[in-house]
Amino acid sequence: MQNLRVLKFDETKCIACGVCETACSEAFFKVDDRNKSVIRIDQGEENPKITVCNQCGGCISICPVDAIYRDKNGVVRINKKSCIGCLSCVGFCDYFAMHYHRDQTEPFKCVACGICADKCPTDAIWIEK
Amino acid sequence: MDIKKMKEAHNNLCHYTYELGKINKGYTDRILHVDVSDNKVSEIAVEPEIKDKFIGGRGYGMYYLYQGTDKDTKWDSPDNEIIISAGPIAGITQYPGSGKSYVVTISPLTHAPIDSNVGGYFGPYLKFAGFDALKLKGKASEDVVVFIDGNKGEVRIDTAPKEPLDSHVLAEVLTDMYALDEKDKEYISVVSTGTGADNSKWGMLNFSFYDPRRKKVRLKQAGRGGIGTVFRDKNIKALIVKFEGLKGDINNPHDLGILQDAGVKVHREINQFDDVQNQMRKGGTSYLVEIMSEFDLLPTNNFKYGGHEDAHKIGQDVYKGKFDLSDCDGCWFGCTLACAKVVEGWELKTGPYKGEKVIVDGPEYETIAGVGSCCGIFDPDYIIENNFYCDTYGIDTISFGTGTAYIMEMYEEGIITDEMTGGLKLTFGNADAAMELLHQIGNGEGFGKIVGQGVRYVKNWLLDEVGGFSDEQRQLIVDAAMECKGLEYSLYISKESIAQQGGYNLTNKGAQHDEAWLIFDDMIHKLWPTFEDKAEALYFFPLFRTWFSLLGLCKLPWNDIKPKDNAETEQPSLIIEHINNYLDLFYGVTGRRIDMDQMIEQSARVYNLQRIFNLRCGFGTREHDQPPYRAVGPVTVEEYESRAKRYDDQLVNEHGKDITGLSTKEKIAMLREIREEAYQNLCDAVYERRGWNNNAVPKIETLEKLGIAYPELIEVIKPHLEK
Repeated sequence: MQNLRVLKFDETKCIACGVCETACSEAFFKVDDRNKSVIRIDQGEENPKITVCNQCGGCISICPVDAIYRDKNGVVRINKKSCIGCLSCVGFCDYFAMHYHRDQTEPFKCVACGICADKCPTDAIWIEK
Repeated sequence: MDIKKMKEAHNNLCHYTYELGKINKGYTDRILHVDVSDNKVSEIAVEPEIKDKFIGGRGYGMYYLYQGTDKDTKWDSPDNEIIISAGPIAGITQYPGSGKSYVVTISPLTHAPIDSNVGGYFGPYLKFAGFDALKLKGKASEDVVVFIDGNKGEVRIDTAPKEPLDSHVLAEVLTDMYALDEKDKEYISVVSTGTGADNSKWGMLNFSFYDPRRKKVRLKQAGRGGIGTVFRDKNIKALIVKFEGLKGDINNPHDLGILQDAGVKVHREINQFDDVQNQMRKGGTSYLVEIMSEFDLLPTNNFKYGGHEDAHKIGQDVYKGKFDLSDCDGCWFGCTLACAKVVEGWELKTGPYKGEKVIVDGPEYETIAGVGSCCGIFDPDYIIENNFYCDTYGIDTISFGTGTAYIMEMYEEGIITDEMTGGLKLTFGNADAAMELLHQIGNGEGFGKIVGQGVRYVKNWLLDEVGGFSDEQRQLIVDAAMECKGLEYSLYISKESIAQQGGYNLTNKGAQHDEAWLIFDDMIHKLWPTFEDKAEALYFFPLFRTWFSLLGLCKLPWNDIKPKDNAETEQPSLIIEHINNYLDLFYGVTGRRIDMDQMIEQSARVYNLQRIFNLRCGFGTREHDQPPYRAVGPVTVEEYESRAKRYDDQLVNEHGKDITGLSTKEKIAMLREIREEAYQNLCDAVYERRGWNNNAVPKIETLEKLGIAYPELIEVIKPHLEK
């Protein structure tokens, strides 16, 4: 079994400070905009609710141009050059962890880079390899 | 097969180059005109008024066909045109069902304009190549192919003497020929037909798309009305378009975000609800078979009956087991409804390709009901085999199914004899004989040469040329001929829904349900108790459905997937949330915000133009809107008696008749009088609602309201209005 690099989380430790969302959107879109972050913190019933890709790969087969693939680290990635922006993967992600934004045609997702985990003040998120 | 030799045999007749240009808000504003008589290629700039009035797709098709032909143009005149146009929304990838092409021509079956819609990549790729529409005119002196290179800006007309004609081979050959490598095949779409289009009036067009997972060329059909027959009459073997560079914003939409929001919403609905609604992703439209049978709506034995105890044998569960599923069976990118189902590795049991293993696209509901139940055949494998051969021969499965069912009934009644069929025992349920008949039609042999001329032709041939029938037989020949305007019926029983009788016959192109499918709301939900209510439905739905054809959209994602709370809306059959999505798509692409009334008005212009086009062709009046009686009520004793309680109850309880002591034949006659009168009342109400006179002719004030009171149209309707 291939090692799976994935962002894990513990919602009981999360204080919903939003640092992770900022870190993510700034890293990939150069702006502080949670709509451009692939980790999303929402209000939950007891604790904050964290939505982020678990690298399950359910989106791979739904892509009509085979633009979604799993890399050697087990991370599911989108080949932006091949992607034709249909967003089927967004609609078919059962975890609502595939995102889109009107500023670009291609969807985007967590690639388990760990930038957000480094910034998290409570260790509520971390990269598992 | 030596593709290199085939290509070497090409002789270039025309090499045209053009500026590639850019799409602006869904439009290129250019039309490509190809005349294969003199091998000339030119471009037409779309005038702003035409764009504003006729929108695109079938609207452009009807407008330019009307302009390019005249009252004397016949289906096989060189100046008849085939026009393919995708529409401004076509080619967006975000919303399911956004890649349809609409094809129009003057039909060899109806001798009036026909329109047919089709998936596959040709229409969108044509637009990306630089053109909102392709007009094909003329007649080539030898077989040609037309190649459009959408990246280089080239159009070539080449002779193509060596390529085989049948689509499953030709589409693959040409995809291989024009692709540089395996990846390149995804950028190619081929339009082709087959030998059946040379030999019958049921010729259709196959539009291809390359399936990279299966590494196979797939085919979708512009089935209705004999467009493939016109294509071959022009000696065109195929059209090929090539375009590399599809992206999510290639249409240069006004507001990408609104397309994304609408698309993701429907992708999510499909992901969540398809499994508990229609299971289109698993079984395509085959889910309809058993539902129709249950509601007495599945045409069986030439529309005599509405169901059969064996319907389950050709139902969704059976086909789900035969389809090879991938997660991406859409006929355009991003269609997650994915109804384009596939049977892989099908070993052919009959015909010229016997023993070959092939891929079969389908069967869809209409094919299953047409070549299956309507012919009394409940063998799912026969339906697959027949579907394959219809497709590769370029024959419309609906017309073949309905046409063959008619032949079978006439055969069982002794009206068509062994002498005529050459010994084929064309009884209901005889799959072997039906298959042989298809091969005869495809190859232009034997009795197939007559059958392939269409139901209307066969009816008139029996009455006028064969002759010698009793009055009763002559009546049956007329009543059981399931065609209107010359187009064979598609596959729903309309006997118990007056609104659907109108949905089939108060149409522009003939008996095709894509204008209106009103059966459940009329027959079961009883939403429209009065003729005025039904007329309102027959005003609104044909225009609403026409709108899809202007924009390049598929209707299936409108109502084959429903939002979660749709049942609680005021009129669930409207699926109002999806209509709002479509209004958003129109705005998102074109930048023009319209409401539902304006949507209907856009369609009404094209719809009325098409009606006037019919008038110019010598049809279009009330007499041409009349159904065969089989579509209205029971024709034969066995048919009446199969639903005797229903009909008896109607006579007694709804119409206050005393039927004591009446024979079945007398009751049939009594019911017929009532139903035929009701149909005429429907016509009156519908014509009035549509702004037409009582002879189905659009009034001048109707055209004025729609802004299309052009002198050339007034000139056509005026003599009719003065009568």
